Parts: sequence; structure tokens; C-alpha cells
Amino acid sequence: MMKEDVISENISLQVKLAKMYVVGLKAGYGKEMILKGIDLAIRDKSITAVMGPSGCGKTTLLRCLNRLHELSSNAFVSGKVLLDGVDIYSKQVDPVSVRRKVGMVFQKPNPFPTMSIFENTVAGLRLTGIKDKEKLNAAAERSLRLAFLWDEVKDRLDRPATSLSGGQQQRLCIARALAIEPEVILMDEPCSALDPVATAKIEEAMFALKKQYTIVLVTHNSQQAARVSDYTAFLYMGELIEYGQTKQIFENPSNELTERYVTGKFG
Amino acid sequence: MQEYTFGKITSRSRILKNRIMNILITLSALLALTPLILIIADAVIQGLPALSLSFLFSTPVPVGYQGGGIAPMIQGSAIMVAIASLISIPIGVAAGIFFSEWPESRISALSSFSNDVLAEFPTMVIGIFAYATVVLATGTFSALAGGIALGIIMIPVVARTAEESMKAVPNSVKEASLALGIPRWKTVIYVVMSTAKGGLVTGIILSIARAAGETAPLILTAGFSNSFVSNLLNPAGSIPYLIYYYGISPYSSWHAIAWAAALILIAIMLSLSLAVRLFAKVRTGLEVA
Amino acid sequence: MFRSGNKIDKDSIVKVIASAAALSVIAILLAIGYELYTNSLPSISKFGLSFLWTSNWDVSKGEFGALPFIYGTLLTSGIALLIGLPISVGVALFLTEEVKRSGRLSQSIGTFVELLAAIPSVIYGLWGLFFLSPFLKNYVEIPLNRYLGFIPFFSGTPFGLDFFTAGVILAIMIIPTVSAISREAIRAVPNNQREAMLSLGATKWEVISKAVFPYARSGIFAAAILGLARAVGETMAVTMVIGNVPSISLSLFSGGYTLAAVIANQFTEATGKLYISSLIEIGLVLFLIALVVNVIARALLQRHQIVIRV
Repeated sequence: MMKEDVISENISLQVKLAKMYVVGLKAGYGKEMILKGIDLAIRDKSITAVMGPSGCGKTTLLRCLNRLHELSSNAFVSGKVLLDGVDIYSKQVDPVSVRRKVGMVFQKPNPFPTMSIFENTVAGLRLTGIKDKEKLNAAAERSLRLAFLWDEVKDRLDRPATSLSGGQQQRLCIARALAIEPEVILMDEPCSALDPVATAKIEEAMFALKKQYTIVLVTHNSQQAARVSDYTAFLYMGELIEYGQTKQIFENPSNELTERYVTGKFG
Repeated sequence: MQEYTFGKITSRSRILKNRIMNILITLSALLALTPLILIIADAVIQGLPALSLSFLFSTPVPVGYQGGGIAPMIQGSAIMVAIASLISIPIGVAAGIFFSEWPESRISALSSFSNDVLAEFPTMVIGIFAYATVVLATGTFSALAGGIALGIIMIPVVARTAEESMKAVPNSVKEASLALGIPRWKTVIYVVMSTAKGGLVTGIILSIARAAGETAPLILTAGFSNSFVSNLLNPAGSIPYLIYYYGISPYSSWHAIAWAAALILIAIMLSLSLAVRLFAKVRTGLEVA
Repeated sequence: MFRSGNKIDKDSIVKVIASAAALSVIAILLAIGYELYTNSLPSISKFGLSFLWTSNWDVSKGEFGALPFIYGTLLTSGIALLIGLPISVGVALFLTEEVKRSGRLSQSIGTFVELLAAIPSVIYGLWGLFFLSPFLKNYVEIPLNRYLGFIPFFSGTPFGLDFFTAGVILAIMIIPTVSAISREAIRAVPNNQREAMLSLGATKWEVISKAVFPYARSGIFAAAILGLARAVGETMAVTMVIGNVPSISLSLFSGGYTLAAVIANQFTEATGKLYISSLIEIGLVLFLIALVVNVIARALLQRHQIVIRV
């Protein structure tokens, strides 16, 4: 099968189930083109893993999904990214509102150091002007529970966020992203700075979250992709090499490059 | 596909506030630049008419007479800055060497701190010090006292830039020199300093620029004079003092002279500042703030 | 070792000379304090501590009190900070945020702002005397006095050569310093903090106010203190626009005096031991204020490891 056939077949099949839809996405910095034209569907209420060797463009792709990429100096981006059918790059769309719907968790946990655990969690809600104590408390508890952090912090919500361990901070960042009720959550190698125990906790949270949210997970750890995701996209040198159900990608990849990557021949 | 409205998510007041604040930020940058442009413009407009070649070379004339110039003040400034440099460059560079070569020493910490404090100090106070020591001792206002006051003002600048440019010399250069058997003292004085030459020179130029513009300390030390400096122990005129003295006088012809002198001083300061900035960046990669 | 005794001596000679230079810096600072103190003894012994809160400055009667000058110094510096700090932070924000769009433009703007520092104080004074003072009097003071004159600050007859103009000039003069240090503090905020706030759906200003400012708060505070240190010591620009009247008044439009200005203005005319030593004691007060503010500023900067170029 030709690569183009695999991709177009998948897209036409899943077009009705796609929460996000990347069409001809090109992006880069200055003269360097990092993404060379990506077509990709992100299915709703599932985890889509984006994997590939360093430099393949997976983080750039992620940052194009919430319009963060364009804020870097010399960055350029072209193509379309549809969220529920609306191109987030169209002129009528305010990037600020895109980022409200498409949340992000970063590689290194980045809680706000001057704020408490509670304040961190509700930071996004406060932006929208919500001041009602009850609403904030309820939202904080809900998000912290979803992030599997509530039990550990419920008695010390006023403590500074920096008093938490690395793994806990990352779960706090997940809770913070969840509190504003986004529709899509982007995760940029969320476990790469964490130990296996913390990683396991976060993967546990991901499993629970995918029932309600669409998750796009960038990871350099192909085992993690295999464990956690429903769909996997394999990127190499800025191109989408293969996309499909995770099971199929790992057990029976169609493309030789994919096979070499998942079997660990390069990484 | 559902039709999605992204529009109502961010409230109008937030968008408005964002726009206003961003405009204010740009406005403050423009506001900060306005005085610079106005001052230079004023100096050019008011000062250029009185400026001429003879202005630079002749002596002042009484009010109401034509012509005249500020040559003695230019000379006075030059002499006092020269005295100041003679004092401050050796001490400043030596102190800078100490800060960079022996930074762990307690003397270094204390002195470095004092140095920083002295750098920001009201120059008036330094003037009083020079008055209390030199002027009282010699019994007269003098170019010497003025030069000493300016020297004290220059020392911290020289020391700080000397320290920074020497610290910027990579360790590998020092180690290579020592490995060749060159003793430490020679390494420091010849090898490190010549590598740091660019930074040292820009630091010295900066400190000279600073000293040349000072007025307050000169009021109490060098006083003022309309004639050329013949004796270091006599009062001496200077460009900044002239600007002050003539500026607050009631004569409009003297105001024009003050502006002309100001124009000269601004021209010197700005060109030194700009030159140093470009030079420092190219030569040593150090950004001079 | 194979060194001859000679070479070891030369190493230590260099160290001794260098340390002597370093020690001399400390010595100078101490000597300044000492000389100021000893030369103000006549007035210290006459007036004691009450010098600091007496407002009488009568040359003919030999009565000297420093209060008007302390008041003037603090008032003008306060105005300078009030006006200068927001503008400086705005400049710093402009340069750090806009640099992403056009690096070269913001670099040149940054250089121009720093050129403000290259202009000598006396030229600020000249410009203040001939341009700023009449301008402020006509376009700011008189309107404020007319419409808001019931507020004590804006009462009285606007004169132009007053606390207000001095404060404005000082504000302009501290912009380079305060904005440079603020810029360092803002630059030190890690980008992932900004991105975290952005990803919650924040506008550009919300990122600044809720992610950058809290993080850079103490650095900006240090910048303000250093700006204060500069403002306190400024002499020429102030004395040329403040009116040089030893008065204590709530009205910003009244003429005033500062510690540095009175010395500049009256020293050369001063006769008599008491008069001169009173002026020197004013210098001592200025020395102490400047010392305290500078030390606080340096301590704060050191904590943030912000290196500022002199």
C-alpha cells in the first residue's frame, strides 16, 4: 500500500469522528521547515499518541494545535487545523479562545511559584472573571480529583505549589489545565522529567481522562505510546509516515520506517 | 460539522483591557524617548547659532560684547579629567584585578560592595569630601581639587569594568599561560589584561564621559574661572560649570552660550556612549548596558 | 620548586598592590563619612539631633535646620518614582515583549533609552529651566490648579520652578536605570511560565500581569530602590528647577529645596564656621540617606544576581 493511500483512507473513514483535523500543516522557523505538510485526524474522546525520533517535529505539531508555535520569533505556519470543523487559524478566530478550548501540559512541570496549590488550579477560571468561592472550590476539587491529586493535597490547598514533588506538580498542572474545561488536552512529553512511579500515576489519570476529553500525547517513549494510546501517529523528519490504531501500528506496521522505530532500531 | 463559535469565550472587557494596556506599553516607550529628542533638539536649535569655530578657541567676553568663546573651560575640563584619569585608572584597574583574581577574599567582597555603593553615590557628597580635604588643606579652590573629586567618581566605573572584562577572559587562556611557565603575576598583567584590553578601554572611556559631565563636585572644588589654567592650584573653569553658571544668569546672550556649550557636551557624550557600545560589542562580546 | 625567590616576591607584590587598591576603595568610602562628620561637628554640637526636624533656615540668625531639605529630597524622589516607575516598567515590557517581532527595532529603542543616561545632569537642568518648567506650568500645573485645586497637592499658585517640575525631571533621569534592571527581572522569568498562562487562555496583558509580574516582582522592586538612590543624589537638574526656597508645603506647585540643591546653591556664598558646617552636616545627612538606600538596593540586586553595569 502506498503511504498516501493509508492516510487518505483513514481520513475519509474518520472524518465524522474527528475532533481535530490537521490539513496540509507546514510550520517552522525562519528558513527551516520543520513540518512539511501534515494531514492528520484526531479522534474524539481518545488518546492519540504522536511519536517519532528527536527533531521529527512532534512538539512543533502539538504547539500548532493550540497556536503556541506562532508566538516564537521567526515562526511561520500554514495550512489548516480544524476544531469541530472550524479552522483555528482563520482570521475570525481569536487565538486566546483557541487556547481556552485546547489546553496544554508541558514537558517540565510549570506551576506558578507565587501561587498556592488552590490558586494554581483555579488560575484559568479566575481569568474568566469567576470569583464565586463555591464555584472555584468545586472546580478545584473536581479537577484535582480528575488528575488523581486530590487526596494528596486536599488538606494543604493553601500551601505553595512549589512544596509538591515533581510528579505532584505535573498532576497539578494537569488539574490546572482541566479546571477551565477544555475540549482537547495536549500533552508534551508530560512524563519525561518524572520517575516511573510518578509516570504511572499520570498514565492512570490519562486513562480516566480520555473518557471525557480528547488527548494528544507527544512522547519519545514508544512503550508509553503503546500502553496508553488508542491511535498513534508516527512522524519522521517532518512528515507523517503512518497513522492508525495503536494496536495495528505496533503489531503490524505497514511502513518499514515505522517498524524499525517501534522495534527500537532507532529512536 | 457543528458550527463553532469561538467568539464569546474571551469577554469583551478582557479584550479591551488587553488592547489598552498594550497601547500604554508602547506609549511609555515613546514617552521615554521624547525627552531625549526634545533635549537634543533644543540644544541644536538654541545652541547652534552661537556655535562657531572661534567659539571653541576664544576666551569669554563680558556681557553685551560679541564673539568670545569657551576655550578656557574646554581646557579646564580636559585638565581636570586628565588628573582624574591619572588617579582613577591605576587604582581602578588594580582594584579590578584584585576583584577578578582573588574573588574569594573577604577584602574583595567588602571592597566590591563599597565600590558599587560609591558608583551610585551623590557626587555632591564626593565634592564635599574633596573640599574638606584638598581645598581646606591648600586654602583655595583648585583644578587639583576638582581633578581629585572627579577621580574618586571615576574609580568605581573603571574598577567595575576592569573586573568584568578580566573575568570574561576564558580560563583556558590563563591556564595556557601558566602551563607555559609564565608566572602568575605576568599572566595577570600581560596575558589577561591584553585579552581584556577592549573591555578595559571602553570602561575607561565610559568613566571619562561620566566625569566630564559632572558639575556638582566642581562647585565645591574647582570653583570657576574665566581664564586658562596656568596653575593647578588655582580655580579652573569647566564646561559643565559654565553651562550652570551662564544658564541661571539673567542674560539671554549667556543662555545662548550655555546652550552652545551644552550642544558640545552632548555631542561628546553621545558619540562616546555610542562608540563605546558598538566597540564593546564587536570587540569583546560584552554588552555594555 | 624551581622558582627563584624573586618570582614568588613578584606574585605577592602584585597581590599587595592590587589589594591596596581594593582597600583604598573601602577607605575612600569610610574617609568620606569621616570627613563629613568631623567637618559638621560645629553644627552637630550646636543643634544636636534636632537639626533633623527643625525647619528654620535663617542665615542671619545662625539658626539652621535640615527639615525642609529632607522633605524636599523625599518628596521629589517620591514623585520621581511615582511617575518614573510605571514608565520604566512599560519600557522594559515593550523591549522584552516586542523583541520577538522586530529584534533590531527594539534594540535601537533600547539603546536610545540608555542614551538618556548619557546626558549630564546640568543639561537636564538647562532644558528643565527653559523648556520643561514653563511647559509644565502652562499645560499641567495651571489646569490641575484650576480644576483640582481643592486637593492640597494641587493648591497654591503654580510657579513652574517647584517640587513638581523637579520630580518630573528626576523621573526622566531615573528611567534608564529602572528600566534596565526591570528588563533583567522580566527577562529572568522563564518562558514556560508565560506559556503556562497562555495555555489557560490568557491575553497578552494577562500573561504579563498574572505570570510575569508576580515572578519579577522583587526584581522590579529592587529596580525602584535603585532609582530612588539615584534620585536622592541628583543635584544640578534639581537645583535649576526647584526654586531653591526652603519651604515645607503640601502643594507640589510650591518652590522647594533638596539636600543636594542647597549645598550646590549656598556653599560658595557661605561664610562663617556655623553656616559652612551646617551645610556640610546636610551633606552628612545626604550621605547617610544615600548610603542606606544604596546598600538596600545592592543587597536586593545581589539576591537576584542581577549585574548592572555602572
